[in-house]
Amino acid sequence: MKGIRPGVWLAALVLVLLVAAALAPHLFTGQDPLAVDSARTLQPPSAEHLLGTDENGRDVYSRIVFGTRTSLLLGFGAIAIALVGGGLLGVLAGLGNRFVEGLIMRLSDVGLAFPELLLALVVITVAGGGTWNALVAIGVANIPNYARVVRAQTLSIRRSTYVEAAHALGLSGPRVVLRHVLPNAVKPVLILATIGVGTALVAGSALSFLGLGTPPPEPEWGSMLSTARNFISRAWWYGVFPGAAITLTVISVTVVGRWLRLRSEGRTS
Amino acid sequence: MNRVLRLIGWRLLAGAGVLWGAATLSFLVIQFTPGDPAQAIVGGENAAPTPEVIAQVTREYGLDRPWYEQYLSHLGRVLHGDLGTSYRLHEPVTQAIGEQAGATVELALAAAVVALTLSVAVALATARRRRWVRGAASGAELLVASTPSFWLGILLLTVFSFGLRILPATGSHGFRSLILPAFALALPIAGVLGHVLREALEEVLEEPFIVSARTRGLADLTVRLRHALRHALTPLVTMSGYWVGALLGGAVITETLFTRQGIGRLLISAVDAKDLPVVLGVVLLSAGIYVLVNLVVDLLYLVIDPRLREVPAAAGRVVEGAA
Repeated sequence: MKGIRPGVWLAALVLVLLVAAALAPHLFTGQDPLAVDSARTLQPPSAEHLLGTDENGRDVYSRIVFGTRTSLLLGFGAIAIALVGGGLLGVLAGLGNRFVEGLIMRLSDVGLAFPELLLALVVITVAGGGTWNALVAIGVANIPNYARVVRAQTLSIRRSTYVEAAHALGLSGPRVVLRHVLPNAVKPVLILATIGVGTALVAGSALSFLGLGTPPPEPEWGSMLSTARNFISRAWWYGVFPGAAITLTVISVTVVGRWLRLRSEGRTS
Repeated sequence: MNRVLRLIGWRLLAGAGVLWGAATLSFLVIQFTPGDPAQAIVGGENAAPTPEVIAQVTREYGLDRPWYEQYLSHLGRVLHGDLGTSYRLHEPVTQAIGEQAGATVELALAAAVVALTLSVAVALATARRRRWVRGAASGAELLVASTPSFWLGILLLTVFSFGLRILPATGSHGFRSLILPAFALALPIAGVLGHVLREALEEVLEEPFIVSARTRGLADLTVRLRHALRHALTPLVTMSGYWVGALLGGAVITETLFTRQGIGRLLISAVDAKDLPVVLGVVLLSAGIYVLVNLVVDLLYLVIDPRLREVPAAAGRVVEGAA
């Protein structure tokens, strides 16, 4: 494990910088991501425009920086929805009677039969596109997965000796669930969710790329790539850097997530 | 054999259950779309259908009848393979999908071949090698698995279509137009599969039966190919639900990026036009494929792992060469 450490530090550092850019983009760039300059369209990277300009002469670097907020919001927000929804259903299935458990599990079987992106597309067809709808759509599409994992956790904790002990000590049912079952079920799921943030972020920018997520004037990595696609022959930088931001974010999240998982497995075993 | 038949029976039943649930879900989507269901089917709030069209939809979907009758006739239609009519294309949904299916199947198969070949080859070549070799392989896997196919596709286009000018950027005719989309779709999947496969292979290569094969004087490659790979393939089969979903979802993006024909493009234009029957049709189809693949996987298990064919008495590890 010693060999991994520097990589994990680097990944954590990148994540901190990304969160900082999402919270205070002005600290990272002095340029306005929406400032149009028709005299300087599709300029290659230079001292003035570090990563070049787009078809409207806007600074690609500052658009990437300002796009961080939306992209992180999509990743973290969608997984938050999946965690809350899947957590509730999973605990309910793990603690409920056979009928409740069967119903929830069969529903999640049905949910799992649809690829995440297709399920999100159904939600968008009915509710319309946009950042928030994309976020909810991906979150909902992820619920069945988390419901399954939380249920499995809940079942194993429910049968553990410390929960039996709590019951034997005369603690009430809801209290045992809140104080003992939930906190112990949440931790492994949170680790899974860390890695899930990366996938959700990619799905969110994919929706924007398809023109169904964040609408164009607002900076967002996926929708930048969607426009960049029309200028590949003339402006390589436009198609390269926003995607690099996505991949860098996903790698960082995954590396930190894997490290958390290794650490927790090391502790429990 | 009885056991095998019962297993297959259960799987068929479970698959039918999932399809029933999927059909029910599509019924609920039509029912609970805000506003008049007939309006939703013909394209949402912004569509301006003539009263005749609304009347036709109301008749076709039986929207004037009680909900349980509508539900039953909806299930009946799905069961007969009738997925309704596209109001954008003015043709049955099954026909619209059928016209596009060939191109998507071609792309998905090509990508599956690329992803499987790459991940198996890299895993075979790097599992339990020197540390830096494994490190490089695992780094490469992380990199491609973290790369969204739409960006990978743009990179491939930048280099091969507009830089070197050796491969076409768009279109869906001929082998050459298939290469870039297939790789854009396959590489992220290959990254995930390769990671799983390599871990499984490293575990298997420590098993006693591998040591025994080596002491018999077999060459390293023979041991890997003939003895280890078979065992390491199991997690790959287990994950087929994942990678079939990834292929289908990825096809939507790849077809859009490379302006290829196919179900994915059909789906996206249907979402844009709020053509609900087409969207639900494609989604039902993908659920059907998922169920079918899982059924095949369960049967494959019986072939791969002879222990499942026997009575549960076989407890110890099966030594190589069992079948």
